[in-house]
This record gives sequence, structure tokens and C-alpha cells, in this order.
Amino acid sequence: MTAPITAASMALDGGVLSAGDAAPEAAFVPSRGFWGHVGHRLVRDPVAMGAGAVILLVVLIAILSPWITPMDPYKGSMLRRLKHVGDATYWLGSDELGRDMISRLMLGSRLSLFIGVTPVLIAFVIGSAIGILAGYVGGWTNTILMRTIDVFFAFPSVLLAIALSGALGAGIFNSIVSLTCVFVPQIARVAESVTTGIRKRDYIDAAKLSGALPLTIMRVQVLGNVVGPIFVYATSLISVSMILASGLSFLGLGVRPPEPEWGLMLNTLRTAIYANPVVAALPGVCIFVVSIAFNLFSDGLRAAMEIRQ
Amino acid sequence: MSGPMSNPEPAVTLGNLRVAFGKVQVVDGVDLTVERGQAMALIGESGSGKSVTLRAILRLFHEGRSRIEGTILAAGRDVQALSKRQLANFRGGDVSMIFQEPLLAFDPVYTVGQQITEAIRRHEKISKEDARKRALALFERVRIPSPERRLDNYPHEMSGGMRQRAMIALALACRPQVLLADEPTTALDATVQIQVLLLLRELQRDLGLSIIIVTHDLGAAVEVADRIAVMYAGKIVETGTAHQVVLDPHHPYTIGLLRSRAEGALAKGSRLQTIPGSPPDLANRPPGCPFAPRCFLVEERCRQEMPPVAEISPGHKVACWRTEEAAAAYRAGPTPVRAAEPVPA
Amino acid sequence: MSVIPDAPDPFARDRGGPAQPLLSVSGLYKHFPVRKAGGKKQVVRAVDGVDFDVLKGETLGIVGESGCGKSTTAKLLMGLIERDAGSLLYDGQPVGERVMPWRSYRRQVQMVFQDSYASLNPRMTVEQSIAFGPKVNGVPGREAVERARALLARVGLEPKRFAGRYPHEISGGQRQRVNIARSLALEPRLVLLDEAVSALDKSVEAQVLNLLLDLKAEFGLTYIFISHDLNVVRFISDRVMVMYLGRVSEIGPSDTVLDAPAHPYTEALLASMPSLDPNNRTQAALLQGDPPNPIDPPSGCRFHPRCTLAEPICSETEPPLDTVGPLHRVSCLARQPGSGHSAAPARALAA
Repeated sequence: MTAPITAASMALDGGVLSAGDAAPEAAFVPSRGFWGHVGHRLVRDPVAMGAGAVILLVVLIAILSPWITPMDPYKGSMLRRLKHVGDATYWLGSDELGRDMISRLMLGSRLSLFIGVTPVLIAFVIGSAIGILAGYVGGWTNTILMRTIDVFFAFPSVLLAIALSGALGAGIFNSIVSLTCVFVPQIARVAESVTTGIRKRDYIDAAKLSGALPLTIMRVQVLGNVVGPIFVYATSLISVSMILASGLSFLGLGVRPPEPEWGLMLNTLRTAIYANPVVAALPGVCIFVVSIAFNLFSDGLRAAMEIRQ
Repeated sequence: MSGPMSNPEPAVTLGNLRVAFGKVQVVDGVDLTVERGQAMALIGESGSGKSVTLRAILRLFHEGRSRIEGTILAAGRDVQALSKRQLANFRGGDVSMIFQEPLLAFDPVYTVGQQITEAIRRHEKISKEDARKRALALFERVRIPSPERRLDNYPHEMSGGMRQRAMIALALACRPQVLLADEPTTALDATVQIQVLLLLRELQRDLGLSIIIVTHDLGAAVEVADRIAVMYAGKIVETGTAHQVVLDPHHPYTIGLLRSRAEGALAKGSRLQTIPGSPPDLANRPPGCPFAPRCFLVEERCRQEMPPVAEISPGHKVACWRTEEAAAAYRAGPTPVRAAEPVPA
Repeated sequence: MSVIPDAPDPFARDRGGPAQPLLSVSGLYKHFPVRKAGGKKQVVRAVDGVDFDVLKGETLGIVGESGCGKSTTAKLLMGLIERDAGSLLYDGQPVGERVMPWRSYRRQVQMVFQDSYASLNPRMTVEQSIAFGPKVNGVPGREAVERARALLARVGLEPKRFAGRYPHEISGGQRQRVNIARSLALEPRLVLLDEAVSALDKSVEAQVLNLLLDLKAEFGLTYIFISHDLNVVRFISDRVMVMYLGRVSEIGPSDTVLDAPAHPYTEALLASMPSLDPNNRTQAALLQGDPPNPIDPPSGCRFHPRCTLAEPICSETEPPLDTVGPLHRVSCLARQPGSGHSAAPARALAA
């Protein structure tokens, strides 16, 4: 089987490859890889970078808080209740039991982040597994799984979280369980639709034609393409989760006093809303800023992951 | 009728048109004149800037992200000077446009008839009944079978070819002087494509319409156009009548396009003549002629200096230093002389 | 001189000898159920009784308009969708049965898709995409990568520059070269090209067509080339099959079919190709309207409502695919002796 390729024809093809898309002088530019591209674009997105900085700061504070709080967050003083923001000792004022607000907010970030992020992470694993399975296998498996998921969708997520927490009883562990149950259906939904979309792409057909077994195709061709979008969706749920978790604590279904947690702090400071509205609002501001930061960062991540041809 | 003699002012004049998106200069100094009642085809490959040139006539770009320079005169108006409101009347009124994908031009929740009458009533004060009568006449004009019934169809209820005709009817609703067509037949089947091309020709003849059609298909251009302009990397490299450009090309790129077509192959199994390489990166344009790296007649001068536009014969303009050699190479037969020096790595 | 290490000579795998068709398709059917407004169940007769052979070493072009079933046929041939009825014989062996399971069939028959971007995994480098097939077929990782690089070089993409790139980093023509390289990675004998050059610019299309010709000669390939562009099909094909509404209307040597078409539909298709001569532009379209919907095809000959030769008999009798010349078969009553059509040739002439 010798090839009847003439020198001229090779020269023609040679011309094709030598004058590729890049400028001829820029001989070999190594590819950045997919995540390299995402990072490259993310760094150029000021909003996402700002949000990322806020998240990083809060995470750092949460980790270091036992050592860096200016005062003991548990020690109250009946004489120094509800100091205003800007007080010489209590920079951000003090709460209804005279505990230092800034210390409690710093330590509170630990629990708030923990019960905000953990349910989403667990739900990400469970929900993705269900959704990818349903999307890739399709047919009856899909119908049964997704209709079951739809039952959960019938309830508004706040109600569902409260109902589950109420049934399980108060406590951090129980509120994480109930929040996980809230997010699994949502993530499974997205995972299923992403996977169904991917399954119809030509490259999956091409992989089938190469004789690969379904499990190999799932692992090599499907997984890498669906995990990204699902993860992005999950990060957008962190803000919702933080608000719900705070809500549960606010209702007395989550963290129990005297542990500082933003939602719980919002609840206990409720009584002081007329006496010292600014201090009473501070935990709410924290919840707001951090959830917005997670949302903006997830938006930036999604934009950065959109590959264009 | 409105021939070029009775109406000396051209339908469209582009003078040194430049369009940039960010740092990318997509259209780089285009001069083009389309006389009244004339059909002009802009041909080129993807990224040549042909579609952007067409859209610039209606200023169809996001103001903040694009920069349009140069003069654009269309249907007697200075397009650059139009206010937002004037522009809205100008689009569809004086100059209208049809696209490759008709589904994007129609709103899926209204019938085609409603949308055409709506368009007419937006530009003119006439009653609903009269507008509908005009829509019906337009449907007959573009030869949609059983037009009365079809007016009440929703866009998705029509077949691809019929939708294309309906879009042409919509474009003609306000009696524009100029029709811009962006790849109007690319998505259509062969037997439908020829019908639409013939329809465009008929409209040009019967309504005295000036047409600019953008296409990558030389065949479609020849079927419709009186004149052809060949674009490469944002510049017009050759313009002339269809005869001049297709039968007597003087630019190496035009020659390459003609030669690389499969019907031009000498014999079955013989190799096709190709243009080596791919178009330049518009973000960093090399100096000189943009086609130089792929040209079979390239010489040192081409890499340094953009050739001026030379008028080979009346109406036939070519931007190349070596037009005579190129034309001679084309006339000599289907094996173009390859440059002695190899294409740079 | 094969660039693939230890590539077996394609003919070493040959069973039936050169005269036996490489792929023989008969009675292929595929109907898709659709639900129209009002809940009525209907079927799209996408492929409705198709028979043809693919000869060893040839290029068979398949042409037709949207809805003619050419893409469904491609998917049926690859087993990407299940056929309702019909049989595939690969080199004499029934595909999908014990002697020739789909897995071993697909090692010999590969496909290149139209959309060069959608057919490459966006998260895999070009090299990984090409090496995937050999890897899952038991070629050790390093060897598979070497093979991928050799193939890249063979399709005109310098491995050093392109192997590590992602699909969105290269141009459409380069991506289609990668797809071609991938289809060759399993050393197939038959490659099915489904509109493989249709999305490319003309000058790039010409480069890829040349590449296909070279690869065919070098690896002893057989092609099925599906396209809507008659000029391209004429250039690359030895034989041409014309499809209309899920059936074969004409099949034969490409010179015969495209220069002296026997079926009125082929004639109309040819007349629809835009002229390249400004002095001789098309004056009238032979066909009016769009190709009809394969949900409810006309009775008898499916082309009769648009046919210039139509007679009452055409709406009653479904024309068989009959031989009218050497290797040339047509399903048109007007060309078949004794069919009852007034234009049919006399029986003696055909005999």
C-alpha cells in the first residue's frame, strides 16, 4: 500500500500546516488547557475577582477567628449592653447581653459558612450522581428518578427546610441534613438536563463508535463536561443555603445559643431593633455581603467557563 | 424606470468604511458603490468582513462595542448622521434586510400576516384592511402558494423555503429602495435555493430594487448579481461585473477561489487546486497585502506595502501589484505558477 | 508505507475477495414516531426501504435534500440508532450477529460528522481525542498517543503544535482534519463522511477533499460520502446514489448519473446547481416548492406530484429500483419497459 502522493501535493499540504492560524513567527504556543483558560478569563473579570476576595477574606477570618477576635465573644456584661458602632472598646458595638459584636461576628462566620456550604457540597455529590445517572441512562430510569425528584420540587424550599428541621429537631447536624434534602433535587435537576444535553453531542456518538463501553464513555467523555456546569450551579446555591441556614437558626431550629451564628444573632438582636438598629442589622449585612459575593463569583465562573469557538 | 441614467445618485455608497470590534479591525477601508437597480454580490470566506460590511449599512451593531468610520450613504441618506429614531424608520423603510435564518426574523407568537401588516402600519398610516391587502399582494409577489391561507400561518408552520419567501415579503413590506441579503440561501436545499435566487433577480428587475447579497457561494453570486466584489481580510480585493470577475479575474485570491471549486477539477481523482494556509489574524494584521502569505505570485513588495486599487478596465478594479501576471496565469490554464520561495513556516 | 505502527495491510483482513461488496444494505427501514397536534400518532418515514452495496475501494456518494433520509441512513449504518428492519452485510457477514458484533464492525467502519466542533470533546486535547479509540480497544496508552501524533502529522497538522490543543483553539478546517485523524485511529476499511466538508469554506474544503483522496489511496479506504453538494460528490465519488423521501431514486456510476441522469429528480437537482457562467444563468427552476414532508409521503412514486413526466400510473404504482444500464439502477416508471408509462422504452430495447 504505497501512497501515490507526489512531492507537489505534499508541498501543498505542507503549506497548509505551516501557515496555520497563529502568526508564523509565534512558532509554538503551548495550550493553556481548559482550566488555564478559565483562570485566565476569571482573573480579567473585576467583579468576580472582587467577590472572590470577599469570600477569601471571610474564609480566612473564619479559620483564624479563635485566635484573632479582639475580645472574648462569649463574655457579656450587663452594664455594657447595646453599645453603638464606633464605641472605643466595642468597635462594632455590643449585643443585648453586652458581648462584643465584632468578635461574635468573626466567630459566627465559622458556623454560618459551615452550615451554608456543607449542605451544598453534600447535595452536589448526591444530586450530581442522581442527575448524571438519570441523564445518561435515560428512558425509564430517567422518568422514575426525575418524577421522584419532582415531588420535592412541589414544596417551596424554605417551607421544606423548616418542615424537615422541625421534624428532625433543632441542631446543627439536623439543619445540615434538612438543607441537603432541599438542594439535592435542585442540583439533580440541573445535572440531568446538562447530561441529557451532552449525551446528544456528536462526540459521544463518536466515542460509542470507537467501541468504548458505556461506563468508560461516562467517565472519560461525559463527566468532565457536566461536572463544571453543575459545580457552577452549586456555588450559586451557597448564598441561598446561607440565608436558609440563618433562617433556621433565626427560628431556633439550627444553632443554639450561646454559639454565635449570624442568623441566630439576628434573632436575638431583634428585640434591640428600636434601641440600636445599626448593631441589630449587622449580622444581616454579613449574610447579605457574603451571599452576594458567592453569587457574583459563581456568575463570573460561569462566564469564564463558556468556551467559544 | 429607475435606471442608473434617470437617477444619477447611487443607491449605496461606502467610502473608506472601517469597522472595528475592540482591537479587531474587521472591515478595513472598503469603497463600494451600488447603482440604483443594480444587484451587487459581496463574496468571501468566513472572517472576510463581508457580513459586517453589509450590517454596517444599517448600523446593526452595539454602539459601545463597535467603531464605524468612513461614509455610508444609502437610499440618499447619510447613515452615520441618522438619529436613533430616524434609524428605526430607515431600517425596513428605505433599506431592509433578509437573513440566513428566517425564524430569527419572525416572532413565533404572531402569524406571519400579522407581522407584515404590523410592519406596514408602523411606517405608514393605513387601515388594517388595506395593510392586509398589501400583505396579500406581497405574498403573491414572492410566489407563496395559496397566499390567503398562508398569511394566517405561524412561522413554524411554514417550510424552510416558504419562510424565506415570507421574510422577503416582510422585507419588502414598506417598499424599500435597497434590499440587503445576508447569506439568504445558505441554509436552503439546492432545489429551493435556485428558486429564491431567481425570485431575487425577478424582484430586482420588476421593482427596480437595488440588492446587495452577501454569500460565500460564487455560484449564488453569479446567479443574482450584476457586479461582484470579492472581499479578503476586511478589504475588497477585486470588483467588477460578474463577467469580469468570474471570466477574467485579475486578483490571485479570486483566481484561487475559482480554482478551488470542485467543478473546476480537471478529471476525477485529480487533486483540486487549493489556496494554502488560512486567513490572517485580524487582531494583528501584517503590513502589506493581507493575502501575501498565501499568494502564488507574492514578491517582496507585497509584504511591505498594500497595493493601490488599479482600474484594469472600466468598472473592473483590483488591489494587487501583479494583476497582469495573475490574469496571464489564469488564462494560461489551471496550474497556477507556484512561488519559487516556499511559504514561510 | 503506513504511518501507523504495525498497521495491518487492509486487504489482509479481506474475506470475500474484491468482487464481494464491502457493505451490503438491504431492506433498510426506520420510522420515527411523532405526535402531531391533536394527539394523532404518526410516523416519519425517514428511511423507507433502502438497498445498496458499497464496493471495495470505491467512494459511494449519497446525495439528496433535507428529509431524504441520508443522515438517518448514515446513523443506521453505524448502529447509532436501531433499524426497524433490514440487514447489513459487512464483507458477507451479517452485522449485529455473533460472527460480526457491532463492536468488531465498528473497528472497521468509522464516521466523520458534519459539525467539526460538536464532534470533539471540548475538554480533551486533540491528541487525547484521537488516542481515545485505540486506548479503549486495548492499545497501551503511550502507543495510542504515538499513533495519534503520527495521524496528526498525516492529516497535515504538525503534532508539536497541535497535539496539546483544545478544539476551540483551532480553526474549522483543522478540526475537521482532527476528526478525520480520529476516524482513522482504529484503522478502519470503510469511512462514512456525513457532510464532512459542508460547513467549511470553499478553499478549506478543497484542501480537505485533497486530503481525503490521499488518505484513501494510502490506507486503501472505502468511502461513503454524504453531501448535498453535487459538485463535490461528482469530484470525489465513483458511484452516486440519489435519495428522495427515504428511498433510493437512482444509483449508478457518477459520470452516468450526473451527466446523463435517468431519474427526473436527479435532473431537477442538477438543474438547480447555480451556474458559474454569467453568460448562461439559470432561467427557470425545474422544481417548485419545498421537498415534501416524509411524514405523509405521496402514494406510488414519491416524486410524482413534482414530476414533469408524471402520469396517472405514477400515483398508483411504486416504481421498483430497476437496472437501466451497466451498474445503473433507477426507480422511475418512465424508464422501465413494460411499466405502463407512456414514455417507457420498449421491452426489446432493454433486453
